[in-house]
Amino acid sequence: MIETFALTKIFPDKKRGPVRALDQVSFRCEPGRVFGLLGVNGAGKTTCLRLLATLLQPSAGTATVAGFDIATQPEKVRAHIGFLSTATALYGRLTATEMVAYFGKLHGLPPPLLRQRIDALFDTLGMNEFRDRRCDKLSTGMKQKVSIARTLVHDPPVMIFDEPTLGLDVLTARTVVDFIRDCKARGKTVIYSTHVMSEVEKLCDRVAFIHGGKILAEGTLPELRAQSGLTDLEEIFVKVVEQKS
Amino acid sequence: MSARNIRIVYVKELIDLLRDRRTIISMIVVPIVLMPTIIFTMGSLTAKLVGQARQEKPRIMIIGGQDSPATLAALHELKDVDYVPASDDFTNLISDKHVRAAVELPKGFDESLRQGGRPTVRIYTYEGEMKSSFAAETIEKFFRQRKEALVSDRLAAAHVSTAVLTPFDVQRSNVAPPQKVSGNITGMILPYLVIVMCMTGSIYPSVDLTAGEKERGTMETLLTSPVSRTHLVLGKGLVVMTVSLITASLALVSNGLAFTLMKAFMPGGAKSAMLGLTINPTALLAVGLMIIPLAVFFAALMVAIGLYSRSAKEANSYLQPLLIFTVLPALAAALPGMELNSRLALVPILNVSLLCRELLTGSYHWHYLALVFVSMCAYAGLAIAAAVAAYKRETVLFRA
Repeated sequence: MIETFALTKIFPDKKRGPVRALDQVSFRCEPGRVFGLLGVNGAGKTTCLRLLATLLQPSAGTATVAGFDIATQPEKVRAHIGFLSTATALYGRLTATEMVAYFGKLHGLPPPLLRQRIDALFDTLGMNEFRDRRCDKLSTGMKQKVSIARTLVHDPPVMIFDEPTLGLDVLTARTVVDFIRDCKARGKTVIYSTHVMSEVEKLCDRVAFIHGGKILAEGTLPELRAQSGLTDLEEIFVKVVEQKS
Repeated sequence: MSARNIRIVYVKELIDLLRDRRTIISMIVVPIVLMPTIIFTMGSLTAKLVGQARQEKPRIMIIGGQDSPATLAALHELKDVDYVPASDDFTNLISDKHVRAAVELPKGFDESLRQGGRPTVRIYTYEGEMKSSFAAETIEKFFRQRKEALVSDRLAAAHVSTAVLTPFDVQRSNVAPPQKVSGNITGMILPYLVIVMCMTGSIYPSVDLTAGEKERGTMETLLTSPVSRTHLVLGKGLVVMTVSLITASLALVSNGLAFTLMKAFMPGGAKSAMLGLTINPTALLAVGLMIIPLAVFFAALMVAIGLYSRSAKEANSYLQPLLIFTVLPALAAALPGMELNSRLALVPILNVSLLCRELLTGSYHWHYLALVFVSMCAYAGLAIAAAVAAYKRETVLFRA
């Protein structure tokens, strides 16, 4: 479960003054559901997800992730999430197995359980062929699989995805989309940011339109269609942004 | 749990670094191969060039002296000298190294000596040119011997003993044991070498583990782990310290070997006083002890600087000035008259440099040792706090 309460982030900027990257954002993501954050570049999606992953500290408001407060219990929060984005790269000089094992150890998994988890994940994701190959020698698709295994090694109840398909080819992006579906099927709470409308339609149970750091609209896809009187998600998004910004 | 996390980060970062060819070059190849090779090659080459220069017959020009046949004849009796015909262009010939030196005899030199005058012989050389200096030395030696012979003759003619010239002797006696004499020399070289290698050994790993990690995009990955920022910094700092200590130790060992090799293979005449150096193992151990807080200080300081930087390039530009601030105090141990006192014992780097010199000369001032150790530990602690603070600041971690 993820719940945000008037979550706000202000960045100091010497030239522009304080920049309100996220403004009073409140929403709720349920277990076994995928919550989509849809917005253009610079809308505040990454800031929101970095706050939830405790990489950033909120300026005001707060949030709970898996029952832990992001401001007061950041280490507990990180122990219960899997965070995947295009910015979360791999250690090129480690092998695929070493990379996943490193994060398993950082999550405090005992060696027998860690071995078992790695074997299971590598089987599921079809990674045995390149398990001992260095990450800098892997293709983009293989790297993405290693990243997925890294986020899942400690079996977190909450998954945070920040534009995980950005810059990926069709086949690799499909692996990621399948993985998100699998997370949902396994009852995990999933929050997912993107600006690709088709992915939202495929994956998300609830969607929030984010623009200028604010949530402009939120609901299930049928609810959003009913409110706007439009069927195409892109049209709905543009209409909402134009009306409210 | 905290020690376990630090160990996990430490082991991973060390493996990661050791798989990088650049680490191997900066940590092993430079101290083991490059520096001793430079020292050994330069030493051997210098010895060879000096030997060759000494064996070369210098080409010398005599200017004037036609009215002083006795001196001219004596000069021509000198062995291992080639005389070239006199020329008005002798300064250019010396500059162009066609002639190594020229000696100018004043008009009526022999006659002036007979009449008790004080004529001046002028020797022209090219200052700083080794072969020219050796040629000048040969001529100077010739005229010194002639002067002494003339003085002896004049004293004998006046029935005065040559003993009148030396009414008493002055002798200097060394009371310092050979170990201290040797320690004074090693105390000037060793602290500089160890401090600089300790610092340069930290540069690459600290940049790679901080700014390099930001550039490669693995920083955000690591920050999503539940390990506290403090443990991450400590794990990384320990790796930098380890590499720095290995670099400094390898530099010590390999340079020691290079000196030993030079001692064994160089011809006797070419051995300099430095080649007779010995190092007391206890002093070396004490130096090693002092280097530990220094290595922690460097590691933490550079991790903090690396974290603050947006890229490896930016980190390197910050670390270059730091090298100057390290070299200068490290060199202080070699300055004449610079001695450790309570005030200097609190100045980072300079205190270690001066203390190491004291230790290597066999002087164990325990209060200074304690003061330097405690102050360096305090500076190391401050540097660690700065690194941890940098790792906790999101404006530093996510600087674009």
